[in-house]
Amino acid sequence: MNFFTEFGRYLLLLKGMFSRPENGKMYWKEFMHQCSEIGIGSLGIVVIISFFMGAVSALQTAYQLTSPVLPKSTIAQIVRDTVILEFAPTLVCIVLAGVVGSKIASELGNMRVSEQIDALEIMGINTKTYLVLPKILAALMMIPLLIVISMGLGIWGGRVAGVTTGILSPNHYDRGLLENFVPYNVFFALVKGYTFSFIISSIPAFYGYHVQGGALEIGRASTKAVVVSCVAILFADYLLASLLLQ
Amino acid sequence: MIEVRNIKKSFNSNIILNDVSAALDTGMCNLIIGASGSGKTVFMKCLVGLFQPDNGQILYDGKEFLTMGPDERKEIRKQIGMLFQGSALFDSLTVEKNVMFPLNMFTNDTTAEKLKRVNEVLERVNLVGANKKFPAELSGGMKKRVGIARAIVLNPRYLFCDEPNSGLDPQTSLVIDRLIHEITKEYNITTVVNTHDMNSVMEIGDHIIYMHKGLKEWEGTKKEIIFSKNDLLNEFIFASEFLKDAKDMRMLEATGKIDNDRNMEDIINNDAPLS
Repeated sequence: MNFFTEFGRYLLLLKGMFSRPENGKMYWKEFMHQCSEIGIGSLGIVVIISFFMGAVSALQTAYQLTSPVLPKSTIAQIVRDTVILEFAPTLVCIVLAGVVGSKIASELGNMRVSEQIDALEIMGINTKTYLVLPKILAALMMIPLLIVISMGLGIWGGRVAGVTTGILSPNHYDRGLLENFVPYNVFFALVKGYTFSFIISSIPAFYGYHVQGGALEIGRASTKAVVVSCVAILFADYLLASLLLQ
Repeated sequence: MIEVRNIKKSFNSNIILNDVSAALDTGMCNLIIGASGSGKTVFMKCLVGLFQPDNGQILYDGKEFLTMGPDERKEIRKQIGMLFQGSALFDSLTVEKNVMFPLNMFTNDTTAEKLKRVNEVLERVNLVGANKKFPAELSGGMKKRVGIARAIVLNPRYLFCDEPNSGLDPQTSLVIDRLIHEITKEYNITTVVNTHDMNSVMEIGDHIIYMHKGLKEWEGTKKEIIFSKNDLLNEFIFASEFLKDAKDMRMLEATGKIDNDRNMEDIINNDAPLS
């Protein structure tokens, strides 16, 4: 199957999602369930990686800033900007592409293979709307929130690492955080967050929804979904940076 | 009643269904039989709209199904119950929630009313007390019965069963067959069963369609099948010596003679069943 056929089927899946729900209450329930699965389910890993990426970037920045002319507070500025601009949105989303993406692809793939999707279709339910749309909406709602949490934790991780290793004092760090702060960077990070959330949820949903075969194919679809999502995230990252950081 | 007129279906250049027509009557178990790869599953998937035939018409009580708009098709689908080969129960839901799912989606009943209906159908399929179990905790036969309960919970007018006996022991198969037959008569619904289980054919086959290589090869009742002269059908149905004996004994019982040159003593000595 060539790229254009696959992309066309992906667009058709997205188009097929927009139909009137059979029962709003059931769809709301499914949406809330997905919010919990995607948001709460990924919180642990996001907390861990965010804290450590902030801590490591503080230590590595300090290691590279050897000039006595530069004030210590520069470390905090660099940690803040790298966490907000790149680490929190991109790194976290690449990890979430693995965690959330593989879960979505394997869940839908298993439902397809065990004829659960067919059973829903027979009942007269639009499976694209009922199964795919709540996942995408939940990802769009929860992943940017996780990114904001990740920003805070990353910056805090840098502070903890910097202070406990004696590289800089808490005052230096806090002052550095407030120096030359550009609020637009947060906006840029959130734009990236929403874009990546869509990629993380829709691409695995596409691969999972169209699985054919058995357990082996579910695994393959899951792996392919994660790989394609990661590549799409990196590509979108470059595109957004070139468009929005002029 | 479901009428099928000249449907054709092919995948790439491989013709799976070739000009198949049939009338599937209300209040009867309509069995589609045939060897693996004969096109019976594709035929059933075309009937319920999971596959779009290349040609032909499918009429649900006179209404053309294939040319319907999405909303009309949805309405027909609400009147369809289907039992899948692997039961297709939702893994993360209990038996009760599985059966309640169509009620939650399509009715505005209160929880108490829905629960009452769920218990009624679970009782009908002899699954009292299994409400809180998950599909993983059920045996194959129980899963099929939950599948049937979910299929009939909205009082459908059409029931489709795809290989309801696959993976079941003969005794449980008989229980499932009889349940499908009883429900068909009780609710006066149009039931279509895909099977290659010969016990089912003889047990519940009110109307049988035999498919071979995408064509409708034979059509009749379970009584007519005994006297059929169709070689392909006889080779398929009465494949084993045991079944050949059973056929001859039934013919003997009905007509006092058999139409082949088999040795009657051998047949009788094989203890073939009389009914």
